[in-house]
Amino acid sequence: MASSTPASDFKLGGGLRPPSDASPQEDLRGQSPRSKANTPGASRSRGSSLWRDGVRRLRRNRLAVAGGCVIVLLCLIAIFADFLAPLPYTKTNFARLNEPPSRTYLLGTDQLGRDLLSRMIYGARVSMLVGLGAQVVIVLLGVPIGALSGYLGGRTDLILTRFVDVMYAFPRLLFVILVMSMLGAGLTNIFIAIGLTGWVGIARQTRAQVLAIKEKEYVDGARALGAGFGRLLGRHIMPNALTPIVVAVTFGIPEAIFTEAALSFIGVGINPPTPSWGQMVGEGQQYIRSYWHLCVFPSIAIAVTMLSFTFFGDGVRDALDPKLK
Amino acid sequence: MLHYALSRVLWLPPTLLAMALVTFLVMHATPGSPLDPVAEGANPLSPEAQRNLAKYYGLDRPLHEQFAIFVSKAVRGDFGNSFVYKTRTVREILAETFPVSLLLGSMALALAVVGGLMLGILAAVYQNKGWDYLSVSLATVGVAVPNFVLAVFLIILFSFVVPLFPTGGWESPRNWVLPTVALALAPMGIIARFTRASMLEVIRADYTLTARAKGLGEVPVVFKHVLKNAFIPVVTLLGPMFAAVGTGSFFVESIFRVPGMGRFFVLSMTGRDYPMIMAVVLTYGAFLAVMNLAVDLVYGVLDPRIRF
Repeated sequence: MASSTPASDFKLGGGLRPPSDASPQEDLRGQSPRSKANTPGASRSRGSSLWRDGVRRLRRNRLAVAGGCVIVLLCLIAIFADFLAPLPYTKTNFARLNEPPSRTYLLGTDQLGRDLLSRMIYGARVSMLVGLGAQVVIVLLGVPIGALSGYLGGRTDLILTRFVDVMYAFPRLLFVILVMSMLGAGLTNIFIAIGLTGWVGIARQTRAQVLAIKEKEYVDGARALGAGFGRLLGRHIMPNALTPIVVAVTFGIPEAIFTEAALSFIGVGINPPTPSWGQMVGEGQQYIRSYWHLCVFPSIAIAVTMLSFTFFGDGVRDALDPKLK
Repeated sequence: MLHYALSRVLWLPPTLLAMALVTFLVMHATPGSPLDPVAEGANPLSPEAQRNLAKYYGLDRPLHEQFAIFVSKAVRGDFGNSFVYKTRTVREILAETFPVSLLLGSMALALAVVGGLMLGILAAVYQNKGWDYLSVSLATVGVAVPNFVLAVFLIILFSFVVPLFPTGGWESPRNWVLPTVALALAPMGIIARFTRASMLEVIRADYTLTARAKGLGEVPVVFKHVLKNAFIPVVTLLGPMFAAVGTGSFFVESIFRVPGMGRFFVLSMTGRDYPMIMAVVLTYGAFLAVMNLAVDLVYGVLDPRIRF
């Protein structure tokens, strides 16, 4: 195996494994690899102290904290939408169509006389579900594939990297739109479409990490002590490859939210009457001249959500990987 | 270098063929056909009429034959008739819409490069001062907020609050401003961020110190010594930038009612207009592949340290 990997790494992974990616690992954890391999207790305290350091750095970053607070708030809104929404999101009132914000309808009503505020509260549910749910799919697909490809090397690796290259050639959003038009609109299909296209990036990242780490002495040490395939990968390599994966997931969440909003905007995302912010902007922008509130409020919601996740993601990256800044 | 360029050019056709195959398979795996009687909005045609239509459009043949016919015609620029706009060929529609998208895309890209470089330079030269914060926040907003949301804010701000520009259309250069800005903000933000980071690195380099030490003024230092070197990593961004502008135009074109290819793509998607979808995907794909190639080659010319 040792003979086959450098070759494939040279050909395909040259650009995939920038030194800046691998070196923080070395700085943060590589000091005493031996104690890690031998005494699991020591490794646990070391591992948690890295995360504790990260959390401390994150808490000092005011923008990231603000973003995190908004994210928590949005999650709470999504979970308790049933209690928070003044009206059901399907409740129509044909006597009061397209009304601007008033005391009864705080953010106004839409073209079917539905309460905009209630629809936006339920829209938070879709955004959060897609943002977090799609990451679950992406991680479950991408991390094992990337780890196996990096660890096994050889033909598995070659096939995977070729496939990844082809996927990268496609404009991502174009592919998601194609897949959605094939599967049809709906929440589950959005998970599938985003998962199918999104795992590639994280697999690439995991592979690069595993490739870098599996050459370390402590992995050799563990192997010499008789650690098997599963233990090597699960206990010695993956925990040390986790930081960039966490960072990638943090940035993947807003990307998934954006993708859902974009799909719903052009009408291949969430099926009506379930509200989604992107869909509301898409429908509302047709009436922007006469009823500005229809698309402005959901637009603000999308903008605030995306910015919060970006600030939080930047904070997480700076906290865990100070060198990547 | 020549060898590398040649091999990259030779890789173009297989890449496009793979792209065509993937699109073709995805479109045909889709349930429903243009002739499906139960499809939404389909014509309630008799089975014979449907068979005739299928024969006329070649939809009754085996898939691999359909694909072969498609490829051999597409090479000659013939994409057949649109299924939705039945009186016009796809080529006519593309000939009409592609230049519009190209104009919008080039303007947006030009604005993104010029604006992004300026913001990045200002941010790096005045690090941690007003300009820096302004350009970093503008870049963050541009990157984080989807372009159709930016478009809504732009319309509200510059069509209603301050009525400077129309809300849509494509008739005069005044109509071009808002779509261009909406499309340009995201790539502009990315370019600004990269320029800033790359400039900050170069500003601390020894040769910049030398340039200052020999008594050069701030302007020549920044433009001759710093920018020239800082610009190199930014060039690599241009490839993905083309893709961002290309897919971004779907949304911007539909919000601003721009009669371009992106808007037609969205319309043909819902109408299952196979010939149109294939043609649009391939046009975008070919365009992106060529642009990526051009960027890589330019990169090699700009930075003599790079060897292929």
